[in-house]
Amino acid sequence: MLSWIKRSKSIPKQLILQRTILHSQLVTILNVDGEMVDSMSKPAMKQSAILQSYQKMICMKIMDSILYDAQRQGRISFYMTSYGEEAVSFGTAAALDAKDMVFAQYREPGVLMWRGFQYQDFADQCFGNIDGHGKGRQMPVHYGSKALNYHTISSPLATQIPHAVGAAYAFKLSKEKRIAVCYLGEGAASEGDFHAGLNAAATRDCPVLFVVRNNGYAISTPRKDQYRGDGIAPRGIGYGISFTRVDGNDLLAVYEATKRAREFSLQNNKPVILELMCYRTGHHSTSDDSTRYRPVDEISDFKECFDPLLRVKRYLIKHELWSEEQDVVLKDTERLNMLKALQIAERKRKPGLDTMFEDIYDKKPALIAEQEQEMWEHIAKYPEEYTIES
Amino acid sequence: MRAFRSFYQNLEQQKRKKCMKFCSLNAPHTSYTAATMVKTETDNRTEKMNMVTAINDALRIALSADPTSIVFGEDVAFGGVFRCTMGLKHEFGSDRVFNFPLCEQGIVGFAIGYAAVGHTAIAEIQFADYIFPAFDQIVSEAAKYRYRSGGEFSCGKLTVRAPYGAVGHGGHYHSQSPEAYFSHTPGLKVVMPRDPIKAKGLLLASIRDDNPVIFLEPKAFYRATVAEVPLGDYIEPLERAEIVRRGNDVTIVGWGAQVKLLEKACDMANKIGISCELIDLQTILPWDARTIEQSVRKTGRLVVSHEAPKTSGFAAEIAATIQERCFLSLEAPIQRICGYDAPFPLIFEKHYLPDTLKIFEAIKKTMQF
Repeated sequence: MLSWIKRSKSIPKQLILQRTILHSQLVTILNVDGEMVDSMSKPAMKQSAILQSYQKMICMKIMDSILYDAQRQGRISFYMTSYGEEAVSFGTAAALDAKDMVFAQYREPGVLMWRGFQYQDFADQCFGNIDGHGKGRQMPVHYGSKALNYHTISSPLATQIPHAVGAAYAFKLSKEKRIAVCYLGEGAASEGDFHAGLNAAATRDCPVLFVVRNNGYAISTPRKDQYRGDGIAPRGIGYGISFTRVDGNDLLAVYEATKRAREFSLQNNKPVILELMCYRTGHHSTSDDSTRYRPVDEISDFKECFDPLLRVKRYLIKHELWSEEQDVVLKDTERLNMLKALQIAERKRKPGLDTMFEDIYDKKPALIAEQEQEMWEHIAKYPEEYTIES
Repeated sequence: MRAFRSFYQNLEQQKRKKCMKFCSLNAPHTSYTAATMVKTETDNRTEKMNMVTAINDALRIALSADPTSIVFGEDVAFGGVFRCTMGLKHEFGSDRVFNFPLCEQGIVGFAIGYAAVGHTAIAEIQFADYIFPAFDQIVSEAAKYRYRSGGEFSCGKLTVRAPYGAVGHGGHYHSQSPEAYFSHTPGLKVVMPRDPIKAKGLLLASIRDDNPVIFLEPKAFYRATVAEVPLGDYIEPLERAEIVRRGNDVTIVGWGAQVKLLEKACDMANKIGISCELIDLQTILPWDARTIEQSVRKTGRLVVSHEAPKTSGFAAEIAATIQERCFLSLEAPIQRICGYDAPFPLIFEKHYLPDTLKIFEAIKKTMQF
């Protein structure tokens, strides 16, 4: 007999409703003052890695502020910052293997930066110039890199979730010792593809790590309008997926949880949900003014109390690994480096117009070649009207 | 393997009677030309196969030839609701031939991810009518994967198979022909075979093509058409229409199951002295305009027919393009004989479909213009 039939009893007079809210525990290692919550334990993240992550977090923040301003000046068409979520990108990236395949949403460029993407690579993509990833075809911030195992970002939300599961299944079958990592926001978790991906990951036993950035907002929509359960991670119970919830402002906790989740996933060929609680301190994008739907105090409170950079900095200074002077020097140098990359990217030429018709298929079909020819003939008549902005 | 093949063929004989209930058409052996066929093996033997066994054979060859290839979808493991995947799980293991949770967007999304890391994914959507939940994954993701990454990434090793078309009593959701929806999406290939030989060759070509392919199988023909199918590994080239019959008076274009009706209409027209040139488009996107163009330059007349509704059906694209290219050759307006602009009806299927008589009348009309 089926086990659930064995366990079932007759329906009592009053239908018993199960509890809906779990209030999962939030894991923190470093407190707001940069001190270990459990002073007896030792962080899994090496001090050199903590320092390196912190420096990259600074770089990320500087790049964000410069590219954000570049958009305000009309030099690039669009931008999205990672403000407040720097620990999410670098804490996870540092704990992953470089060959783990990343399927990101769009607010995780820190992972690429950790893996070796340079200011120039970011700026080139944002300007859509000849050296930018994607040949100027997608909006800014839609980065990707085959060499760095980071699949190209696409705008439709959550579509990458089943992709990551499929990739993880491929790694499992070919016995490659790597996992797929899927980043998503808590808003994207409401999409059908979230359900599709998680259920498939569980039923096919795929080594995939779902990193959910729960930053409180999906554009203007606060959490309370997004879901009524206990966040995203405990949904794992329904799918049969292990999960954990971590303070996303705490680099050390994010690192340690990711490290353990990765090991678990790889050893058992199982998916894991990692929910990182954080706060989107920046606007959703350059097309958004977030003060129209959330109080300014709320933003400033989070900036002051939960800044992921500040926490690591306090830790580093306490352990004499870093100083305020070094902080100032690094910020000044990186600012100049980033500005230089921006200026270079701006001056680079755009990809040739013929590239508009490439990569649609592996080979150009006849009808597309004919359309390309029509375009050239038209442009030849009005060359001044169709110059490419440089 | 050979023993196994005869085993399930016997099984099929027993079940044929039952299955005929599902297939309204009981067509005789299909005539075919093998001129375009590309053989990759020197096996000249053939075997009588229906479309189900031909597709099954193609999948078996694909799974044998490429160790990364997987076949999956809803109810695929036990052989599929149309038996196209019979015996494959047994032969290749449950890691490579497996059931997926009942979720079409998941099936295609998973297949894209599997293909995007360089492995071969052969996904099945149980009915083309249920491909729409995966529309976003197909149109926004699969079709644009290569383009948006500047050619760095691609999911070219993806093939989505789905049974399509009228079946006698399929009603709204077991009868649709969705090819025109996909024809509006650069980056995809859409392929529709007309008989078992084409089904095997075009499916193998689709699986090996380095672009995402939507492969629509005429389910009415799964068991109704039988042909001597080559046993070896061969492909039929994509993006190429095939001239099924030569003629001088009027060009007739169709694809998939509709070709059979067009052949009958051509026979009827022939009896009253009209010589028809029949073209099977085979690949809907990117389509072979040149073959049709050359034919219409010769005949001066064109009839296009498909089961899908008329408005914005793929016949509209063909008619517009041929009108642009062959304006001076055309001696009559281009005729489109299609399903009506209504959801596919249950009890009125016979009246709804662009059948032989409707096509015959269109041929006469274009000749009398």
